[in-house]
Amino acid sequence: MNAVLATILKRLGLGFATLVVVSAIIFSSVSMLPGDFGQAVLGQSATEETVAAFRKELGLDKPAPVRYFEWAASVLQGDLGTSFSGRNASGQDRSRQVVDLVMPRLWNTLFLAGVTALIAVPLALFLGLTAALYRNSAYDRAVNAATLTTISTPEFFVAYILILFLASLWPVFPSLANIDASTALGERLYRVALPALTLTLVIVAHMMRMTRAAIINLLASPYIEMARLKGASQSEIILKHALPNAWAPIATVIAFNLAYLVVGVVVVEVVFVYPGIGQLMVDAVTSRDIPVVQACALIFAATYILLNLTADIIGIVTNPRLLHPR
Amino acid sequence: MTNEPGDRNEILLEMRDIRIDGFSDEQWHPIIKGVDLTLRRGEIMGLIGESGAGKSTLGKAAMGYTQPGCKLTGGSILFDGIDLARARDREKRRLWGTRIAYVAQSAAASFNPAHRLIDQTVEAANRRGLRPDAESRADAVELFKALQLPNPETIGSRYPHQVSGGQLQRIMTAMAMSPRPDLIIFDEPTTALDVTTQVEVLSAMRNIVEEFNTAAIYITHDLAVVAQMADFIKVLRYGEEVEQAPTRQMLTRPEQPYTKSLWSVRALEKPEVKGEDIVLSIDHVDAAYGPIKVLHDVNISIPRGRTVAVVGESGSGKSTTARVITGLLPPLSGSVSFNGEPLPAALKDRSKDQLQKIQMIYQMADTAMNPRQTVEEIIGRPLEFYLGLTGKAREARVIKLLEMIELDESFMDRLPSELSGGQKQRICIARALAANPEVIICDEVTSALDQIVQEGILQLLLRLQKEYNITYLFITHDIATVKAISDEIVVMLQGKVVEQGLKSEILSPPFPDYTKLLLSSVPEMDPDWLTNLLAARNS
Repeated sequence: MNAVLATILKRLGLGFATLVVVSAIIFSSVSMLPGDFGQAVLGQSATEETVAAFRKELGLDKPAPVRYFEWAASVLQGDLGTSFSGRNASGQDRSRQVVDLVMPRLWNTLFLAGVTALIAVPLALFLGLTAALYRNSAYDRAVNAATLTTISTPEFFVAYILILFLASLWPVFPSLANIDASTALGERLYRVALPALTLTLVIVAHMMRMTRAAIINLLASPYIEMARLKGASQSEIILKHALPNAWAPIATVIAFNLAYLVVGVVVVEVVFVYPGIGQLMVDAVTSRDIPVVQACALIFAATYILLNLTADIIGIVTNPRLLHPR
Repeated sequence: MTNEPGDRNEILLEMRDIRIDGFSDEQWHPIIKGVDLTLRRGEIMGLIGESGAGKSTLGKAAMGYTQPGCKLTGGSILFDGIDLARARDREKRRLWGTRIAYVAQSAAASFNPAHRLIDQTVEAANRRGLRPDAESRADAVELFKALQLPNPETIGSRYPHQVSGGQLQRIMTAMAMSPRPDLIIFDEPTTALDVTTQVEVLSAMRNIVEEFNTAAIYITHDLAVVAQMADFIKVLRYGEEVEQAPTRQMLTRPEQPYTKSLWSVRALEKPEVKGEDIVLSIDHVDAAYGPIKVLHDVNISIPRGRTVAVVGESGSGKSTTARVITGLLPPLSGSVSFNGEPLPAALKDRSKDQLQKIQMIYQMADTAMNPRQTVEEIIGRPLEFYLGLTGKAREARVIKLLEMIELDESFMDRLPSELSGGQKQRICIARALAANPEVIICDEVTSALDQIVQEGILQLLLRLQKEYNITYLFITHDIATVKAISDEIVVMLQGKVVEQGLKSEILSPPFPDYTKLLLSSVPEMDPDWLTNLLAARNS
């Protein structure tokens, strides 16, 4: 057990190191964004002195490595900095803390991702296992064809089709998913129904196909034949003999899709006007609000690393060779 | 479930005119072509034949099971009045694991890595609710005891990767035995084990089958093993029955020429010749893989033009010794000398000339050849690399080498996948010969081959030795092979050399303890061998 704990701690350390490298990459690529924030805010007519003074106020005059270390140090202390927007040269400061901008949006995104995952993951596992169970049957083919269709359709298209049928023709759910901090839980669930359904259709195929493939891959093992010759039924073989050995690849693909739910859903957010973190980041890039862009990118990177780490850990604890060494 | 000794004459299993097709190369081929089989309660039948003879397929068919890619096309399988050829899956599943049990060849692969051994042992009995769970578990512990497993009370709580291959094989027998079946199919259960382990597993299996008067079909390619287990033997070839007879009669008076040829392989024995001129010597070699030390002060000297056989169980350091000699694994200390001169420890420091003189042949001819190269390219490569032969000269030499290994130039353009197992190994021999070596290291070169093919390869190696005065270092765990080919024998155990000497010295008393154990564990073609051996060991 201690060996497993040590492995997990080692992976956590590695994950953190990856995050440090990624932060450097984020910082340097944001610095390479074309255009200048000062110029953009103050307009073409601003004199060079005004722009320089404004840059100085924001700290943009310092050399890049210094700015990186200042930023990294404050992030480590939980301070993501102050947003650039809302400032102006008149000296009146209406800017907000990045944390205050990002956190509500992040919660919204996690809420939508959570609701989607609660529907999609069990559904994908169920479909994958049953498809493996009734391999090559009409059911298997139907499930495969249906999920392939949804994954091959652009997500905005899926979204509009759902709006057409479930909001317009039969108005069951609202087509706008605008929520704020004061929205009650029941109302929230009702409003995110369509975006959650859209995302479910998008991610189920991948997870379902991987589950099916991982199980079928194991069905050729001698121990599966042995289980069959011990009189196990087909469903027993799949649930009791194949699934416990298939968790590692399944967990990996689930983690990948959950990460997508956090970092890749901006199109769906736009369609349903959902105040998620993806939209925030796109807006921040447009207005060259560097601290917000960096904060979002860092959160996305951390999401990927954390979810993949979780998948690795699931892979370790479901492998008796690692859990119970000789 | 009841096996009264009184119903011993009752027919338990009757298979009539069994025909099975297998799917390969895009079409169906017959694998079993009309075989009959009758088994009475408590009887043990030995089913022998070479690989591809259809033994396993027939064994599984006795359960009414055909693997994916095979189908039963004709015949009836009457098990205790139920026709398994026509029974529905649900009906067959009720029998499998409870009244008919299966013991697979590779126990390591046939246990589910995710579950504890005890859970897998009692699974089949519990599924049909034969007994309360606690009773099944207590019974499993009793079976573990009967099978002489260490720590029978606790071994069940381990996972498959935590116990050894021999123990797994015995636990699998316990698993088969747990619901007290009427019939057990043993599918080459000891083939993957070392001889010393094999004896323990065989005796454990035989005792338990006798104790519960269980009928069994024992599938193997090893005649001596089947002689210990079976009441009668059926010989299969190309999916057809060659002959069937009670064990003693089959061993002493086989009727068919094919059966006789199977028997004769073991008779091959080369007279030993003492050698004086030492071509290769290994002096005080210690070697390790990472922190794990595998060779301890190994000393071996190999005389020119002779065969030195290195014997020992898996893990005794035989192959590691070969890796040290070839330079693949530089030793921690000690040296390897060739013609009196020390060889550089690492492969990369050796000259082309030094590399050329020591060649290697591997156990798995399949994986030792590039599957995309033709025979001409495979044999031609060392000719070009060591001897600088190209074009016509190279081609002529390849043809000559093919003749030396008793093949002809029609093989030049073939790919390894178009060759049989024995032909592949011959090509590997030709590749080693191409370099004009003085020493060839043969690492288990016949273990993956059937007995008749083995004999051909061994004869070929002996002829080549005589004609070209080649020296062999022959690594094997099979004593019959050792008798057939060696002049001198080195016995290894746990990375140490137990003894080295002429074949006649090593194979005759007095023996050191380990050599005695090793030699006495080699099954002999005598049905009483195991009984006598166990009696001798217990006294």
